[in-house]
Amino acid sequence: MRIFATYNIKGGVGKTAAAVNLSHLAARDGHRVLLWDLDPQGAASFLFRIKPRVKGGGKALIRGTRSVGAAIKGTDYDGLDLLPADFTYRNLDLLLDSAKRPERRLASLLTPLKAEYDVIFLDCPPSISLLSESVLHAAGLLLVPLIPTTLSVRTLDQLTEFVAGFAGHRPDVLAFFSMIDRRKRLHTSIAAELPVARSDFASTAIGALSVIEQMSVHRAPVTAFAPRSVAARQYGELWQEASARAGLTG
Amino acid sequence: MASSTRDFVLEHSTPAALKAGSDVLTVVVDSASLNGDLSWANGAPARTWRRSWLDTFDWRLYRAGLTLEQIAGRDGAELLLTGRDGEVLATQRLTGSGTPWPALVSRLPAGPLRELIEPVAGIRALAPVARATSRVTELRALNADAKTVARLAVDRMAVTFPARAAALPRLTLTPVRGYGRLTDRVGRAVAGVAGVAASRGTALEAALAVTGRRAGELPGKAAAVELSAPMPAARALAAILTAQLDSLEANVPGTVRDIDTEFLHDLRIAVRWTRSALKLCGSVLPAGIAGEFRPQFRWLGDLTTPTRDLDVYLLEFDAMAAGLIGAAVSDLAPFRDYLERSRAAEYRKLSRGLRSSRFARLTADWRAALAGVRGTRKGPTVAQLAAERIATAQRKALRTGQRITAASPPTSLHDLRKRCKELRYLVEMFGPLHDPAQRWQAVRELKALQDCLGAFQDAEVQRTEIRMLANRMLADRTVPAETLLAMGEVAAGLAGRQHAARAEFDSRFAAFAGPASQARLASLGRAGAA
Repeated sequence: MRIFATYNIKGGVGKTAAAVNLSHLAARDGHRVLLWDLDPQGAASFLFRIKPRVKGGGKALIRGTRSVGAAIKGTDYDGLDLLPADFTYRNLDLLLDSAKRPERRLASLLTPLKAEYDVIFLDCPPSISLLSESVLHAAGLLLVPLIPTTLSVRTLDQLTEFVAGFAGHRPDVLAFFSMIDRRKRLHTSIAAELPVARSDFASTAIGALSVIEQMSVHRAPVTAFAPRSVAARQYGELWQEASARAGLTG
Repeated sequence: MASSTRDFVLEHSTPAALKAGSDVLTVVVDSASLNGDLSWANGAPARTWRRSWLDTFDWRLYRAGLTLEQIAGRDGAELLLTGRDGEVLATQRLTGSGTPWPALVSRLPAGPLRELIEPVAGIRALAPVARATSRVTELRALNADAKTVARLAVDRMAVTFPARAAALPRLTLTPVRGYGRLTDRVGRAVAGVAGVAASRGTALEAALAVTGRRAGELPGKAAAVELSAPMPAARALAAILTAQLDSLEANVPGTVRDIDTEFLHDLRIAVRWTRSALKLCGSVLPAGIAGEFRPQFRWLGDLTTPTRDLDVYLLEFDAMAAGLIGAAVSDLAPFRDYLERSRAAEYRKLSRGLRSSRFARLTADWRAALAGVRGTRKGPTVAQLAAERIATAQRKALRTGQRITAASPPTSLHDLRKRCKELRYLVEMFGPLHDPAQRWQAVRELKALQDCLGAFQDAEVQRTEIRMLANRMLADRTVPAETLLAMGEVAAGLAGRQHAARAEFDSRFAAFAGPASQARLASLGRAGAA
C-alpha cells in the first residue's frame, strides 16, 4: 500500500484538485484507491457528491470507537472510494493531542486497510499542526502544490527541513507547480528553472485553467468529465511522475 | 471493496409491456418507482461478455461455496472468484483471451485468487462446467445529489454449454459501498415490479438449470442409491453396481484426455467397488453373471494399475525429494524424468485400452446385464445380504489380524488390509440401510486401521518398485551414480516410514478389535436382518 498526501501550509493552491484527479487516475490504472478528505471544508467530498459526514465524527475515528472501514463510501468510479470529511475534523488536533503517540495515530488507523487498498491519498487541510505532522509520518510521498513565487519555494524548504528532522520514517517530497498563469513572467521563469535545478520538483506543472474550476460545477474529476482537456493531460503526466517516484510504476 | 449483490429474475409471468417487446430496463424504470429523492439514470454502455464457469469435476469449488468465472470481453479476460452471497473475493487479469481449459490451478498466474482456490481444488484440474454469452445493460440509481448509490444490471444470458438454451433475463442490483440502506429501498422497488422475483440461485445455477442440469451433481455416488431393507438383494446390488458403472463411465473421458490424475483414481475406485461387490455378493445375482464379469473387471483393474502407481510416485515426488538429507534434490532429476517417460508409455497403453472395442463391449454388456437383474423379485432381501456379508467380513478381518505377530511377514499385513477393504466396501455399499451416526463412527474406526496398513503396504510396494526401477535404469545405462545414491536414500526413507507404520499397527489393531468397535460393526451386521 502506497500513501500519498497532498499538503501545503497555504490554502487555495490546488491540493484538493490534485488529490481528486490523481486518485481518479490511480483507480483508472487498476489500483484499488481510497481518498481521505481530511479537510473539514469537505471540498473533495463535495466533488464526489458525497455528504461530508462521518457517524461519530472525527472523535470516533481517532479514538477507534468506529472503524475507518465502516465510514468509507464508494464513489461513482470503479476502484475509487472516499473517506468523507466531517466538520468535526476541525478539532482533529485536539483529539490527536489526547491520543497516544499522536504523530503515529493516522498511520495506525490506516494499517487495517492494507489488504483492501493499493493506494491511499490524504487530502490535508492547509495548516501546520499536529494533524499535518501525523500525515507527514503516515505518507510515503508528499505531493506539494506550489504557486510559483519566491515565498512559496521558501515554504517548501522549511517543510523539507522539518521532515528531515524526523526520526525513523521520513516521507519523500515531490513538489509541483500549480495554478501557473502563463501571462505572468515570474510564474513562467520560476516554473521553467526550478524543476531542472532541484530533484524534489516534478517536471509537470498544472496550469491555472478554467476547466479545473469547473470541477465544482460538474462535481467530478477533470480526468472524468474532460478527459481530453489540457488539465487532464497535465494531471496524467503528474500522476506518471508521482507513481514512478512512489515505486508504483517503472 | 467487497459488496453483496441482490439478484432478481424475470419470471415466466413477465409484465405485459415485455411481452409487447419493450426493453427490460424501460419496464423497470417505468414500473419500479423510486419514491422521494431517488431517481434512475443510464449506466455504462451495453457490453457483451463471454463467460465460462470453472470447477473441478467433483465440484470442489461449488461445494466450498465458491464460484469461479472467466469473463472475456473487449477489454481482455479476467477471472472472478465470488463467495456464497456473490461477494467478490478476488480477481485476476489474464493475458490474451484467457487460459486454455482444462488446466491445473498451478497453471494460473500467482496471486490472491490462486492462493484462495489452490487449497480447495488441490490436484484436480479446473474445467468449464458451463459457458454462456451475456449481454449486459445497466441503470444507475441516484440520490438527490445525483450520486450513484446502486447499479442495476440486466443480463440476457444465452447458455452455450453444456447445451444451448436462453436463460430468463437476470437483474443484479449492486450497492455502492456505504449506501446499503438506499440500495435496500431500490431493491424493494425492483422487487415490486410485476413479474420480477428474487433469484434463489447464482447465475451459474441458472445457466445449468435451463439446460436441465444441477450444480454439484456427481455421477455414481453409492450413498445416493436408494435402498430399503425388504428390497430383493439382487435388485439392490444391481442398483449399486449401476451407480458404480455411471461413475466409471463418467471418469473415462477425463482419463483418456489425461486432464488430471484423479479421473483415473476415481475410475479405479469404481472398478474396485465392482470387483469387490462381485466377489463378496455376486452369488445373489442370476447364475453366470459374476463368473462372466469378474475376469473382465480384473482385466480392467490390471490395465489401470501401472499408470496409477506411477501417478502416485510423481504426486509424492516433491515430498520424497524434500526428505533427502545426504543427496541433493537435483540428483533425483533423472529418476523423475524416467518416471515421467514410463508414465507416458503406460498411459498410452491405458488410453488405447479405454478406447478399445473390448472396453466398450464390457461396459455395454455389463449395463445390459444389470438392467436385466433389476426386475428380480426372488432371493434374500438386501438387509439379510448386508447383515450376513458384513458379519462374515468382520469375522474374517478380526481373525486375520489376530494371527499377526511380530514375526509375521509383510504379506500377512497385506492380507489384513484386503480384508479391511472388503469390510469397508460392504459397510459403505449398504450404508443407506444403517443409522448414519453408527456407520460414520464404524467407518472412522476402520479407516484408522486402514491408514496404518496402507502406509505400511505402500512403503513396501514403493521400496520394491524403486529397486526394480533402479535395475531397469542401470540396464538402460542412463542413470548417473548420484541418482542411484539419491534413490537409495529415498528407499531408506520409505523403510523408515514402513517401520513407523509397523510400530503403530498393534495399537491400531487393538482399537479396532476392542469391544466398542466390534459391537458397533456387529450392530450394522444385525440391522434390518430380522
